[in-house]
Amino acid sequence: MRYAETGFNLEVDLTRGSIEKVATNPKDTELYLGGLGTNAKILWDRVPPEVEPFSPENLLIFSAGLLCGTPATGCNRTIVTTISPQTKLMAFSMMGGFFAPELKYAGYDKVILRGKSPDLVYLWINNGTVELRDASHLKGRGAIETAEIIRKELKEPKAQVAAIGMAGENRVFFASIEQGRSSASRGGIGAVMGDKGVKAIVVRGTQDIHVAKPAEYMDLCNEVMEYIQFRNDNPIPGVMPILAGLGSPQEMKVHDEKWHTENFMWGNSRTRRKGFWTDEIAREWMETLDKSRTRLISCYNCPMTCGATISMPGLPTYMMKCFTKLTYTMGAFSDLDFGLKIAQRATEYGVDGFSAPQVMAFGLELLENGILAKADFPDMPEDNEGRFYYLLDKIVRREGVGDVLADGTYWAAKAIGNGAEEYAHNNIKKHEQLPLKLSMLNPIYFLMYSTGEKMNITQIEGQFPQAPYPKREHREAFVKDWHHVPDEKFKQYFLDWEPRGEKSMPFYPTVDMCCDIVDWQEKMHYIDDALGMCAGLSSFPLKPPYHIHNYPKFISAGAGFDMDEASLSQAAKRYRTLVRAINIRRGMRRKDDRPPKNHWKKRFPELEKELLDTYYRFKGWNNDGIPTKESLDELGLGYVSEDFVKRGILTEGEDALAEAAAAQQETK
Amino acid sequence: MKGKKEKKTVKTIKINVDKCNGCRACEMICSAFHAEPKYSSNNPARSRIRIIREPLRDLYVPVYAGEYAVAECAGRDKYTIDGKEYDECSFCRASCPSRDEFKEPDSGLPLKCDMCEGEEEPLCVKWCPHDALILEQREEEGEALDPQDEQEDIEIGLEALADKYGLEKIKDAVARISKKD
Ligand code: SF4
Ligand code: SF4
Ligand code: SF4
Repeated sequence: MRYAETGFNLEVDLTRGSIEKVATNPKDTELYLGGLGTNAKILWDRVPPEVEPFSPENLLIFSAGLLCGTPATGCNRTIVTTISPQTKLMAFSMMGGFFAPELKYAGYDKVILRGKSPDLVYLWINNGTVELRDASHLKGRGAIETAEIIRKELKEPKAQVAAIGMAGENRVFFASIEQGRSSASRGGIGAVMGDKGVKAIVVRGTQDIHVAKPAEYMDLCNEVMEYIQFRNDNPIPGVMPILAGLGSPQEMKVHDEKWHTENFMWGNSRTRRKGFWTDEIAREWMETLDKSRTRLISCYNCPMTCGATISMPGLPTYMMKCFTKLTYTMGAFSDLDFGLKIAQRATEYGVDGFSAPQVMAFGLELLENGILAKADFPDMPEDNEGRFYYLLDKIVRREGVGDVLADGTYWAAKAIGNGAEEYAHNNIKKHEQLPLKLSMLNPIYFLMYSTGEKMNITQIEGQFPQAPYPKREHREAFVKDWHHVPDEKFKQYFLDWEPRGEKSMPFYPTVDMCCDIVDWQEKMHYIDDALGMCAGLSSFPLKPPYHIHNYPKFISAGAGFDMDEASLSQAAKRYRTLVRAINIRRGMRRKDDRPPKNHWKKRFPELEKELLDTYYRFKGWNNDGIPTKESLDELGLGYVSEDFVKRGILTEGEDALAEAAAAQQETK
Repeated sequence: MKGKKEKKTVKTIKINVDKCNGCRACEMICSAFHAEPKYSSNNPARSRIRIIREPLRDLYVPVYAGEYAVAECAGRDKYTIDGKEYDECSFCRASCPSRDEFKEPDSGLPLKCDMCEGEEEPLCVKWCPHDALILEQREEEGEALDPQDEQEDIEIGLEALADKYGLEKIKDAVARISKKD
């Protein structure tokens, strides 16, 4: 018997309309765990680098995490993996909600889509009965609307639906996949779904998920529940509210947006508005939120209520969580009322709340600066809000200038030329980032921005405080119950970290310490993405209930194979390296590992070079960011190193050369 | 025995629909607790509590499995509370032919909440994060427990099986099982 997982994937060939239930290899689970890990293995095996995102050979994989559907609180993530049309690299966006557990209860760990359907269809998974159904009547419908229509026509109110809106259908490069209160937004995976002709995946499951050691597993779950309670009662002092507690950033709960509105950038990630947050604005925004927010809601089996149902007067109800609350508001220099209203339409269209507002603000900047002409925007309203609605509509329909903008700022700038590239200034690896511009280089964040292959800072940061505490006594208090650290040395790193003076940024934490810190933070995210755990209870907040010490026990008791901290770290390193390898094979190199030029005002080129050199070595990558043969072989990824040698990405004997060069450098 | 007065504890679960966040932890843990062996598996479709949940209309009703009903009822209720219209059967606890609620997914056998016999506190209450479910206990004079209750439970189960498969098939199955022993 298989524990925690079901042991089956659904293979759907959309071109031929065939559906197959395929048993998976338990050995792969031990090596790559599940979720992101096994997705990466499938992508490596089956999608060679020549395959374009919009090719029938590209795969779109919906995977539940290894522990989804078990009683582990907050373990409900679906990991969606494909090749991104925007970055041309591996995209792996996650969504919470209810989809992954339902898929498990239906008897599957993954749904793997290949080929292209000639007509728009949806996939209906009802336990053992799976069929492709006509979706022509859903063409152009909103993502949330679609879910409602499908549940009604199937008479299955409990079915979970992941759907695309018009943006996905029209292959907008930042189209999302929406699923009730959650969405998988980054990397344009909704466009791939649209390209494959799939409007929605619908799932209902009523079968059992087993765990290997029931009593032990429940004890672990109970401990986690108690710790969540403890953390809810004891927020971390000395950090701002959204970093003090657990869960996704609690944007639906907080009224006070002084920090975001005054520190994040407005418009096309341009303008910082110090002093914006006045009493009057605070009062207005509080009213807006209170009158539109009907209820705070959770994902499957989680107490944290990070999401909310939003009903703006005169508009259909939708659900929201996290920072989309402010992205449209700030992109358009408007207010919360506007932000929540346009987000309703954007959610139905299915676009990424990070990228979409920046793309629109970028388009308007080009107009202001004469790079695009008035004639490019026929009949555009005069007011800012009206222009945003106008652009959103043009983009998701790919009409006029919207067709160019629909490819995101990087590709749009390239197509427009005439100096437009300067305005696509907030990208990493062609992907729009959080609108943040800061003054002094932060070496930890430098490494995370440069090398985080999830292309989003929130998906790599987390375990280590973002900034030093001013007073030693506060630091001492902080480390007292910091049992989450993988090694005691992290406490010392933090204790010695000062806001000013010798032990302050950018030269402290030292380069080596930065490597340790970044590696730990990244590792926790990768483990979450394989297990299907919400980052909000694990890798994202400080002092979370899940950590490197109890995770191996969860895996052993849940999935039934031996795991300890060392072997878990090794597994995470294995599929993390495999993700890198997939991207390397697609052409990613050191030149791509860098934050936006203007992310910090004060930069330190020499230090940055040293950081990257050292971190690459630490990770087992060569100086161009390519995993070395030695490190690949040690991870059991011999098939990758072979492929690299065959393709000339690595040369036989290169490791020895590199070592000699490194040794020489050290003696200098 | 029957008719004798005796002190007994009445357990009431107070349900506050305004506090429900729709997480379904209650469904999950109920099904895990009733798995054989305990906690070895879980499957909300086996739970004895169900969240009637429609987020876009802001409907969240935790309902406990009550009695088995052979036939669906002819007169149904439709409530409107605070301007929100609830569907038919939203508040009904019956395991009845009109719907899938409160039936074992494979056998179709009726499910009934047993207040997590043997546990200090019902598991759904313990796992409900925001006190949408709260346990209240009070002592009351009441009729003594009828030893025939268990017999009745068995009969209800059999009746349900008979409804589904026909009495003859059940008799055959019982005969076969007894032979095996
Ligand atoms: S912490 Fe928030 S986002 Fe994460 S599973 Fe719970 S409710 Fe969902
Ligand atoms: S009291 Fe126990 S048996 Fe009844 S619904 Fe709750 S968990 Fe299930
Ligand atoms: S556990 Fe509580 S909050 Fe969650 S669905 Fe059940 S009743 Fe609602």
